[in-house]
Amino acid sequence: MKKTAAISAASLLATLILALTLTLVSAPARAEGELEEIKRSGKIRIGVFSDKPPFGYVDENGENQGYDIYLARRIAKDLMGDENKIQFVLVEAASRIEVLESNKVDLVLANFTVTPERAEKVDFARPYMKVALGVVSPENATITNVAQLKGHKLIVNKGTTADAYFSKNHPEIKLVKYDQNTEAFNALRDGRGVALAHDNTLIFAWINENPGFVAGIDFLGNLDAIAPAVKKGNTELLDWINEEMATLGQEKFFHKAYDKTLKPIYGNSVDPETVVVEGGKM
Amino acid sequence: MLDSAVSIFTAGRNMARLMEGLWITLEISAVSVALSMIFGIAVGLLMTSRHRFWKIATRLYLETVRVIPILVLLFLFYYTLSRNWGINLNSVVVAVLVFTLWGTAEMADLVRGAITSMPNHQRESGRAIGLTEAQINRYIIIPQAVRRLIPGVINLTTRMIKTTPFVFFINVPELTKVGQQIVEVAGMKNYMASFWVYGFIFFLYFIICWPISKLSLHLESKWQN
Repeated sequence: MKKTAAISAASLLATLILALTLTLVSAPARAEGELEEIKRSGKIRIGVFSDKPPFGYVDENGENQGYDIYLARRIAKDLMGDENKIQFVLVEAASRIEVLESNKVDLVLANFTVTPERAEKVDFARPYMKVALGVVSPENATITNVAQLKGHKLIVNKGTTADAYFSKNHPEIKLVKYDQNTEAFNALRDGRGVALAHDNTLIFAWINENPGFVAGIDFLGNLDAIAPAVKKGNTELLDWINEEMATLGQEKFFHKAYDKTLKPIYGNSVDPETVVVEGGKM
Repeated sequence: MLDSAVSIFTAGRNMARLMEGLWITLEISAVSVALSMIFGIAVGLLMTSRHRFWKIATRLYLETVRVIPILVLLFLFYYTLSRNWGINLNSVVVAVLVFTLWGTAEMADLVRGAITSMPNHQRESGRAIGLTEAQINRYIIIPQAVRRLIPGVINLTTRMIKTTPFVFFINVPELTKVGQQIVEVAGMKNYMASFWVYGFIFFLYFIICWPISKLSLHLESKWQN
């Protein structure tokens, strides 16, 4: 019995290994994401957010929507000839570099802010949006100056520009980090920090819906660019996208994208010119 | 206040989307649990083997899988394999693979425990009345071992189901992730959105895991005599 058990167990294990090997072999492995490869595969794989309205989210009908998605569909239309030839890969803020490096997607359009650190790992195309940081706090205890934050807790989202900015420039401020925007904003309501730092545009949008809070600091740090990103060295796709950006600029494409996707959330309080970048020129 | 809750679930396909997410969760759990049971029993038997090689090999496997967090295993199989060796696995395949690796290790240890906890005189008594080793296993050891196994297996099953939300880190839109997507869209205007949606998800996990625990109690009391 011992022996037969050992033998049957060994054969089961062997089957598992075999099954795995077969899965590995049959898994689609795209070599270098070159243009021809993408076209031949029939679908461009784009990494997008699924829970960051109004940039990339899934609406109540299960459709991907948002400013990034608006661009994604246009890219699919111009590159693949059909705006539905996209495979959306839903990414997290912290995995945007990883999905490119590990070849899970061809392109990331996920509100991706260009920073020198990130640019070492991925190739950014020309930007299509710009953003600065803002700090929101309750009306009755408004933070108007970064110095006020010293020794207090500041709420940020993990892996965002706000996270990077405060970690690097203000190590004296204690950061409370969350994965989700809703979690972060709810934490601010619950008083888990004295203020919340995020992209100023998103803060304006949130204040619109949530009276009692103000953007005590409405511009902080640099004016950062948000751009499409491809795997390091995938120049073919990068060049194509840069050309596409120039073309789209001529038809004021991103103003249309703004009106369709961001304006309903931001209302009239935000000037589109502070957000939109046309033709990749900041 | 209840209106605000109802409107979240009735908007568009939200309810259907949650059910689709639940289906993915159940699919991954069911396949992984089933595979873990099968491979776990086999590896567990190997662990009780007298051969040094099998003892060391299975021990090594168990300890390795047990000390590495699930999240690390998921990242390893999803990202690192692809980046460093060009093995690009589908995220659901990775989820099932990692959960099976983990479940098998845990299951094997349960099986080993159940078998080795059987007092030696049971086996000796069997020999005394002239049963063969196979008959001893078939009629004495295995039936008793299975009873001792049940609580641990049920515990493992519910733990595996409750660990599935991790798979959203490798981009699988399972129940919790779909919930998050809904919360983020509704939450801009509805402060209570996260409470209702996560509350509902809690309820879904409960109605999946509770019957399993019930079944365990039922089997235990049934086999008491």
